[in-house]
Amino acid sequence: MLDQAEAYLTADGRQIGPVVMEMKNITLRFGGVEAIKDISFDIREGEIRAIIGPNGAGKSSMLNVISGFYVPQEGEVFYKGEPRAHMKPYEVARQGIARTFQNIALFEGMSVLDNVMTGRLIHMKANLFSQALWRGKAEHEEIANREVAEKIIDFLEIQAIRKTSVSRLPYGLKKRVELARALVAEPSLLLLDEPMAGMNVEEKEDMSRFILDVNDEFGTTIALIEHDMGVVMDLSDRVVVMDYGKKIGDGTPDEVRNNQDVIDAYLGVSHD
Amino acid sequence: MLYREAGDFKTTYREDNQTFPIKFDRYRYYAVLAVAFLLIPFLINDYWVNAIFLPFLIYSIAAIGLNILVGYCGQVSLGSGGFMAVGAYAVYKLMTAFPDVSIMIHVFLAGAITAGVGVLFGLPSLRIKGFYLAVATLAAQFFLVWIFNRVPWFYNYSASGQINAPEREFFGVAVTGANADSWATYVFCLIILTFCGIVARNLTRGAMGRKWMAIRDMDIAAEIIGVNPLNAKLSAFAISSFFIGISGALFFSVYLGAVEVGEAFGINKSFLILFMIIIGGLGSIFGSFAGAAFLVLLPVLLKNLFVAGLGWQPDLATHLEFMIVGGLIILFLVVEPHGIAQIWRLAKEKLRLWPFPH
Repeated sequence: MLDQAEAYLTADGRQIGPVVMEMKNITLRFGGVEAIKDISFDIREGEIRAIIGPNGAGKSSMLNVISGFYVPQEGEVFYKGEPRAHMKPYEVARQGIARTFQNIALFEGMSVLDNVMTGRLIHMKANLFSQALWRGKAEHEEIANREVAEKIIDFLEIQAIRKTSVSRLPYGLKKRVELARALVAEPSLLLLDEPMAGMNVEEKEDMSRFILDVNDEFGTTIALIEHDMGVVMDLSDRVVVMDYGKKIGDGTPDEVRNNQDVIDAYLGVSHD
Repeated sequence: MLYREAGDFKTTYREDNQTFPIKFDRYRYYAVLAVAFLLIPFLINDYWVNAIFLPFLIYSIAAIGLNILVGYCGQVSLGSGGFMAVGAYAVYKLMTAFPDVSIMIHVFLAGAITAGVGVLFGLPSLRIKGFYLAVATLAAQFFLVWIFNRVPWFYNYSASGQINAPEREFFGVAVTGANADSWATYVFCLIILTFCGIVARNLTRGAMGRKWMAIRDMDIAAEIIGVNPLNAKLSAFAISSFFIGISGALFFSVYLGAVEVGEAFGINKSFLILFMIIIGGLGSIFGSFAGAAFLVLLPVLLKNLFVAGLGWQPDLATHLEFMIVGGLIILFLVVEPHGIAQIWRLAKEKLRLWPFPH
């Protein structure tokens, strides 16, 4: 059954809780292609969990399984101790799972503020008539959710661009707005698909700081995919390493760094 | 100098959430309303009402409706003519079946009925997108016109197959039928348009509008953040059809008075309304008004210029009018693909700095 081991403290004093999400013997196939082969791992409450691996290793597929977008052919996903039933993508958000995308998936025709406010849609329940007249519940909700959105906008330091159209923003800011949109939903599990892809060193440092702050201030559990080894090793509490759809390593950054299979996968191995 | 947000401080989100957060915009809006309600009714005659104001008001409602569907939710529709017909026939059946009920209630009920029909024909949007959806809604257009032609119950078994609007009063003043005064029809339509405009604006700037725009801009991401696509698309179809139904009801009962469905609500009407929102600006309520004004006013303007101004033959003027309007539409799309609303937006940007260059 689920490993509900005791909570513990990390070296820097953060509380890591019990397992929130457990993947058990996941296998995912697309026709004849096995994208993920019999992988098991878990994500604990409050930790930053990284998934790394060379291109085509199946990391994004794994993230899509976690987010419920793909349903694995074999294996089970436990979320908060319950085996997860098959559900529609829009129902996943209501379970407290939010994500960002590898290729930015913002709503280009809307302002930054509106984009962030879409993240609050799952919390807005005013009926049509109230919305049509902008009276009663609709107006209250609009203001209450605007406050939450503004907190996140402050937190991610994008106040100055809140009324700018997203289509006019540079790449690094778009990534930050996307993080804001995911964060504003107040998720218990945040999935980041290559949050630092295509950024320069300064932007990476900013983004790393935000990820650590999010984890620290809101206690959000974070699972991320990233290619920059330095970033991954610095940020994450535990790392899963994948190659060709298989798990080849799992553990703290130090353990993974010294794992012979991982070194072989990344540096290559001679076959003589 | 006039138009700026500097010094216009907001201290609450409620103030920032206003329809017109900038003072100058707000006063301009009140001024337009005051002129439309308090001045124009005393100045207009039959010609002005029938040639310009009624078509402008009624097409504006239709354009707002279609803009919600196409501009805000990104679902292309070529069925507006058919949905206008639903509104027209619904209001006709209601007017003849319940003569004692207020015409205002009938108009809104006709909108509600059209909303139901719109949802029905919006169901394909859950599986198909873009051009394919446009073709599916084209089917709605032809089917609806066909059914209103073929089923005598809809036109109360009249010999001509036409429907004629009986006289109905609103607060003691006739607004439909032969005895309706032009100012009364104008005010009646203006009240409904004002209501529709405010409702559309409220919906599009709130949670519902964000749902629609999210689906329009990137449907997969919208779904991941928790937007139910079924809910969002069908609500867009319903609300869009509600407005288009109202405009159809007014077009028949107040404006034309007698309607033959194929002529009044044919495919031409669908295209006309689509052109209005493309020229006016997709995803903009102001654009719906601007597009309707452009396509209603331009032909009238050209006709007056050629026939009254230059003394040309009316038939020559009519043909030239078609060519010029067509040419202008193309020119417009090349010069400013985002429509009049975008020109308006740019003008406002410029106004913020004027008279300084930077």
